[in-house]
Amino acid sequence: MFPCVPNRATRLEQGGKVRRGQCPDPPRFAGRCMPLPVASGPKPPKGMDGDALSRLFPILTVLAALVAVWYAGSVWMNSGWTLAQAERSGQELSLSEIVADAMVQERPRLPPPHQVLAELKKTVIDTKVTSKRSLVFHSWITLSSTLAGFTLGTLVGILAAVGIVYSRTLKMALMPWAIISQTIPIVAIAPMIIVVLASMGVEGRAVPKAIISAYLCYFPVLVGMSKGLRSPDGMQLDLLKTYGANGRQTFWKLRFPSSMPYFFTSLKIGVAAALVGTIVGELPTGAIRGLGARILIGDQFGNPIMIWAALIMAACLAAALVGTVAGLQRVTARRMGFSR
Amino acid sequence: MREAVIAARRLDLVFQTRNGPVHALKGVDLEIGRGEFVSFIGPSGCGKTTFLRVTAGLESPTGGEISVNGMTPDQARQSRAYGYVFQAAGLYPWRTIAGNVRLPLEIMGYSRERMAERVSRVLDLVELSGFEKMYPWQLSGGMQQRASIARALAFDADILLMDEPFGALDEIVRDHLNEQLLGLWARTGKTIAFVTHSIPEAVYLSSRIVVMSPRPGRISDIIESTLPRERPLGIRDSAEFLALAQRVREGLRTGHAYDE
Repeated sequence: MFPCVPNRATRLEQGGKVRRGQCPDPPRFAGRCMPLPVASGPKPPKGMDGDALSRLFPILTVLAALVAVWYAGSVWMNSGWTLAQAERSGQELSLSEIVADAMVQERPRLPPPHQVLAELKKTVIDTKVTSKRSLVFHSWITLSSTLAGFTLGTLVGILAAVGIVYSRTLKMALMPWAIISQTIPIVAIAPMIIVVLASMGVEGRAVPKAIISAYLCYFPVLVGMSKGLRSPDGMQLDLLKTYGANGRQTFWKLRFPSSMPYFFTSLKIGVAAALVGTIVGELPTGAIRGLGARILIGDQFGNPIMIWAALIMAACLAAALVGTVAGLQRVTARRMGFSR
Repeated sequence: MREAVIAARRLDLVFQTRNGPVHALKGVDLEIGRGEFVSFIGPSGCGKTTFLRVTAGLESPTGGEISVNGMTPDQARQSRAYGYVFQAAGLYPWRTIAGNVRLPLEIMGYSRERMAERVSRVLDLVELSGFEKMYPWQLSGGMQQRASIARALAFDADILLMDEPFGALDEIVRDHLNEQLLGLWARTGKTIAFVTHSIPEAVYLSSRIVVMSPRPGRISDIIESTLPRERPLGIRDSAEFLALAQRVREGLRTGHAYDE
């Protein structure tokens, strides 16, 4: 969390002699007022030992429910093929036989979790990472493009936001195009970007993929940062004016630090969008490397297990990326004194 | 009267709004001498805050003249003639108390040593020594406002413009800060223009009280305080104090300030 300004924790008035604002509804112990922790919005609990389990419990519950639904769906969707086979050979199948068959099909409609896990184990752990069959290899291809696109998109987003905040003309000139750019389906634009770049002599797919990824990622950063850079109120701007601060000082001392909470929120959306952009950039372009290519190849060769393994990898990648941004946000918040 | 540091002559300010023009200030004549403590009191919309903002160059008058230290408000700002204290402390949550007080000094390009020296001096002045490394949220509202006063004092302006600085605080803290502000005024000899809604606060603090009335914003009475400069809190129960408060109240009434 990145609380804007935590509640005024009214404590330690006069160097700790007088304590004010304590215990609005005090928990009492032996008739005495218990000291409350400094109230400043929700904070992560400090002692992890007892809390770790209680925090993990809801996550595990949802996970278990998802796996159960997944298995049920597998049985339901894969049973069609089993029943058709049985009918052709004139067999009668019991429910347990149908279920057992749904778990082990070679080309299931919906592969059950353990088949996907087995595929993941095979392609992630048992295969050398340099091999073209390794999902780690393909993930790295996708990740590197994502990071390049994310960096590019974030820079473009920040620069455009600064322009929009400082110039009314730029705001009117840029903003409509920025919005229009997001209404065009990325799958329609991706091939064009690749063709145009290829005709300009750009080899390979890394650059076009990064540009497609940046195309999706710059927008949340632009919107978030233009809001964040505008977040200081009139009084704070007036204060700097009374010091005779110039535009650059106002930006670095006030606008930029004020925008940090907005910045990280938009980075979280942006990094996920960058990953989606990269994968989409790999789909319609005949790429043979990257998670998007794995999904495409799995589809073309009728191999759902491969598609699902790539999907799970993409989800893990997204979680890792968003988690990294959240970690950076926490570190920054602590360094800026927002939480302690 | 002593040398005037703030002099306004026939000052007018009309805001153009969607509902027609609003006369925030009309024909305001006022001189504030060096070392005076002048309070502005009146209901909302009487132009007391606007007068302060014009003095600070945050608004431009539409008529009349105003000079600060013999200069225009903009020139006065460039020469760091005044410090401004707003109603909210407005400390930056990402800066420590010392960092907040250092802010104007950084903008004005002070050297590192001079910054450190001044920060510790003004924090001492508002009795916040020892809180340098704390963040604003770790301090009470009253302490935050004291830090914001220290910030306004940091670059040694000889005029302090205060716009309802204690308006958001409870009465107990307010009394305490009023006492401290008087002490600070006595020690530094600054010229203070102070906007308030509270009659006792105005009478307790000021050497002169300017009573204003709204629509159009104008001065309806100026009251010289007869109280001695040394003022313990108990002075507020004296007959002299109550008589002054009564005069302020009457000034507000004759200015139609109670018409709503």
